[in-house]
Amino acid sequence: MNTKGVDQSKRQFLTSALTVVGAVGTGYLAVPFLAQMQPSAKAMAAGAPVEVDLSKMEPGQLIRVAWRGKPVWILNRTPEVLETLKTLDNELRDPLSEESIQPESSKNPVRSIKPEVFVAVGLCTHLGCSPTFRPEIAPNDLGDKWKGGFFCPCHGSWFDLAGRVYQGVPAPTNLEIPPYRYITDTQLIIGEAPEEESV
Amino acid sequence: MKRSRITECNDWFLERFPLTKLWNEHMTHYYAPKNFNFWYFFGSLALLVLVNQILTGIFLTMNYKPDAKLAFDSVEYIMRDVNWGWLIRYMHSTGSSAFFIVVYLHMFRGLLYGSFKHPRELVWIFGMLLFVALMAEAFMGYLLPWGQMSYWGAQVIISLFSAIPVIGDDLSLWLRGDYVVSDATLNRFFAFHVIAVPLALVMLVFLHIVALHEVGSNNPDGIEIKESKDPWGHPVDGIPFHPYYTVKDLVGVGVFLLFFATIIFYMPEMGGYFLEHANFIPADPMKTPEHIAPVWYFTPFYAILRAIPDKFAGVIGMGGAIVVLFLLPWLDRSPVKSIRYRGGIYKKALCLFVISFLALGYLGTQPATPTATIVARFFTAIYFGFFLLMPLYTRWEKTKPVPKRLTSVHSIEEQLPALIEEIVHIKHGSSEIGHAAFKGASFTITPNPKGIKNVLGRLVKNIKGSLD
Repeated sequence: MNTKGVDQSKRQFLTSALTVVGAVGTGYLAVPFLAQMQPSAKAMAAGAPVEVDLSKMEPGQLIRVAWRGKPVWILNRTPEVLETLKTLDNELRDPLSEESIQPESSKNPVRSIKPEVFVAVGLCTHLGCSPTFRPEIAPNDLGDKWKGGFFCPCHGSWFDLAGRVYQGVPAPTNLEIPPYRYITDTQLIIGEAPEEESV
Repeated sequence: MKRSRITECNDWFLERFPLTKLWNEHMTHYYAPKNFNFWYFFGSLALLVLVNQILTGIFLTMNYKPDAKLAFDSVEYIMRDVNWGWLIRYMHSTGSSAFFIVVYLHMFRGLLYGSFKHPRELVWIFGMLLFVALMAEAFMGYLLPWGQMSYWGAQVIISLFSAIPVIGDDLSLWLRGDYVVSDATLNRFFAFHVIAVPLALVMLVFLHIVALHEVGSNNPDGIEIKESKDPWGHPVDGIPFHPYYTVKDLVGVGVFLLFFATIIFYMPEMGGYFLEHANFIPADPMKTPEHIAPVWYFTPFYAILRAIPDKFAGVIGMGGAIVVLFLLPWLDRSPVKSIRYRGGIYKKALCLFVISFLALGYLGTQPATPTATIVARFFTAIYFGFFLLMPLYTRWEKTKPVPKRLTSVHSIEEQLPALIEEIVHIKHGSSEIGHAAFKGASFTITPNPKGIKNVLGRLVKNIKGSLD
């Protein structure tokens, strides 16, 4: 490159200016490509609410429904289970659900609108596996401390039957509770908040 | 005499493309140390497996459907109805495990002979980038059959990103393209798996080799062969890559293909290690399998993730186990490269590292019981200890004097006759028939206890001596 009689500082300025303009342009061009990887309008719209009929549920029964592609559990808790839940606070990481995700109507010790009907997203808050439902007390593989709950087979996290996480396991928070409300006494709609909350 | 048409075509081409120059530079005039041993097969084998993956992959895409509703069935269709589909698919699935076996051995060679040290830091960095790209490629490929293990494996690994503070949740949503692993995720993983990452792999292989040929290959003695040259400027201890090492590598290829074909034809699932049993059940977003484990080549890192009882710290530990490998050229402060001239501390440390890597690999395949978690924590500590304490122990260690020129080690074939003579008595039997061809058959061989004792004593002494 001939540098004789050249204004070096002007050449440097033009080079820098072109580089900056090019970088900004590349940045703008990258936006549509990166943004197209976000959930599409169709995926966003697919979160339609799901209706669940509770009238045929037996005591202690768990049913699974799909909501936004995620498993949602509905558990019919027996009075004995509700008694056990009161005794666990010392072993739990967040017994009052201060740091966990749930609608305001479920922010109570049993984490539900009606104490006996427990609704939760069935995905571990650690890395998203679906924990297994283990209602039995002190089974061989889980030991004497097990009072019935949900056990994540992937990384061994423990949750009680209110989806509250135990201490000393990888999961950081309690299971997520989706927004839901009762249409009638035995019919739930998952994905819609109770009317008093949505106002 | 009139020049033939072929010569004319040849000249026309060479005037326009530097084929001869490239060939000479990288093959016939590329001098490699003459003492490459068994460990030096794995670079060329990795290239062979890459070619296998690309070729079989192209043919698999002709029948595979990247759609959550069709993917599982299309893989079964390839296995049952497509002509030779089973072979191509097993070549691809076995190839991915073979890729990691070959690459892990290739990397271990680097640790043995200090191939990552000055002036080959960049060769090592490109190699590590290749390793990361390979892991991404394997992970995304594993989602494509859309089995239970594919689905929940992807769910767990993508959720790892959600552990990053502030941006984590949005980042994992962006990676999935949906609120859970779904058709959108499968489709984009297919795009990355067949186009983006393979292109990156090929480019990185190119950079890895260009960087290597600039500085020249290391060798089991860890000596720079460029420092002693003959009057013509060639390294005295070097031999041209072609034909010497192309021929040698062909032998390696032959042995490798023997194992490769055996696995493809007789044990393509490898007892659930190469293709996991749970992956023969279609993906079910409602139910996680009882026991999920990644494919064997990810299990050491997975065991580290599980060993740490905190979500974010676990992810940091897992990522750190790979990042720390990048830093190796600067962690190692030893003045010598090869393990042959290093002190005992490095040998013992490397031995512990290999044990902990294998142990973590085993633990990663097992369920996370409390005892297994404690053992995994212990080996995680050794894994990181090997790297993080390296600046200290490599500086303290007493190294042996490094020779100026390559040493020659007697091969086993050369040592064998003398060894046999030492451990057995050979008695010549009477051969009354006297037929020359049968003379060899009339020896009687009895073991010589004193000789065996001597040989074993030397062996123990050698092993002990080499550890100091």
